[in-house]
Amino acid sequence: MAPAAPKSGDVLFASVDRVNAELFTLTYGAIVRQLITDLEDVEEVNKQLDQMGYNIGVRLVDEFLAKSSVSRCVDFRETADVIAKVGFKMFLGVTASVTNWDAEGTTCSLILEDNPLVDFVELPDTCQGLHYCNILSGVVRGALEMVSMKTEVTWLRDMLRGDDVFELQVKLLKQVPEEYPYKDDE
Amino acid sequence: MIGVGKAKQYANVLDRPIGKGKQEVTIDSTSELNKDLVQVSLSAFAFLFSELVQYNQIQVDNIAELERRLEDAGYAVGARVLELLCHREKGSRRETRLLGILSFIHSTVWKVLFGKVADSLEKGTEHEDEYMISEKELLVNRLYARFISIPKDMGAFNCGAFVAGIVRVRTALDKAFQIIFNLC
Repeated sequence: MAPAAPKSGDVLFASVDRVNAELFTLTYGAIVRQLITDLEDVEEVNKQLDQMGYNIGVRLVDEFLAKSSVSRCVDFRETADVIAKVGFKMFLGVTASVTNWDAEGTTCSLILEDNPLVDFVELPDTCQGLHYCNILSGVVRGALEMVSMKTEVTWLRDMLRGDDVFELQVKLLKQVPEEYPYKDDE
Repeated sequence: MIGVGKAKQYANVLDRPIGKGKQEVTIDSTSELNKDLVQVSLSAFAFLFSELVQYNQIQVDNIAELERRLEDAGYAVGARVLELLCHREKGSRRETRLLGILSFIHSTVWKVLFGKVADSLEKGTEHEDEYMISEKELLVNRLYARFISIPKDMGAFNCGAFVAGIVRVRTALDKAFQIIFNLC
């Protein structure tokens, strides 16, 4: 199911400036390491990563919409497709696939087979509760919130814990209509 | 720990293939992509780096401490890059002499990380052991020009501290490197 975007993910990825993925991976590793050293509690680290991802997501969505010129998505299904095919490709260079739609069309799973964040990474025994890629869940949540969708994003499967893919579950909680900060009758 | 029993997984992360790596790295967006190249977008890296800086900013009270933390982060990156590159490029043999490792950093490391060799490697005139690797347009400072602006109270702050940390790799020499970062 290709999204109705004028530019495909590959074209977009080729047109933005790129850097070596290993630098990216190692920098992310340094961030996680710093967080673990500072916070020491794995749950706190997860929360902090999610918050950082959220901050990134709210700004990332602007860049995404500006560069990709996708048309307005009709429903959540299309949104999820656009995120997986265009969004992930444009920023991380990998595509995700969308599966496991529930009956109402409000929950889906994004499957990532290839994740540049986790190259060379292994979780030690002391950090078993850590969601290493939690920053990604924050990014998706932040980005969707900026386009008026409140979501809950959780990890279902994690390759660092022995699963074979990364599975991110995105659940649409509600769609918030846009509010204008000024009164219309001025 | 990584689960065993799946065909794709390796029992130990050290056994995983590390990939061929970059042959022709370029950050020029109009060039042809090498098929083996693994890249992410510059903005993804920029966002990540900005979060790193922001997080550290909250933790510290002054600029020197912030620079030191960035340098520590860069140090971790540098240690790993060194291992990775030595394994890939030179068949697991590491340079132990001063000039050898400096030129290694200057060409290979810079090329892999930033897409080009550093602008020059010179010997400093003031001290016996001082060398300078100069770079006109550091990637991090390119981000600097585009995405980062410094509030007035942090005038001396330099994101290059991150790169300084990358350079501060451990070698077999007893001398410690002192990296001083100067913007050209």
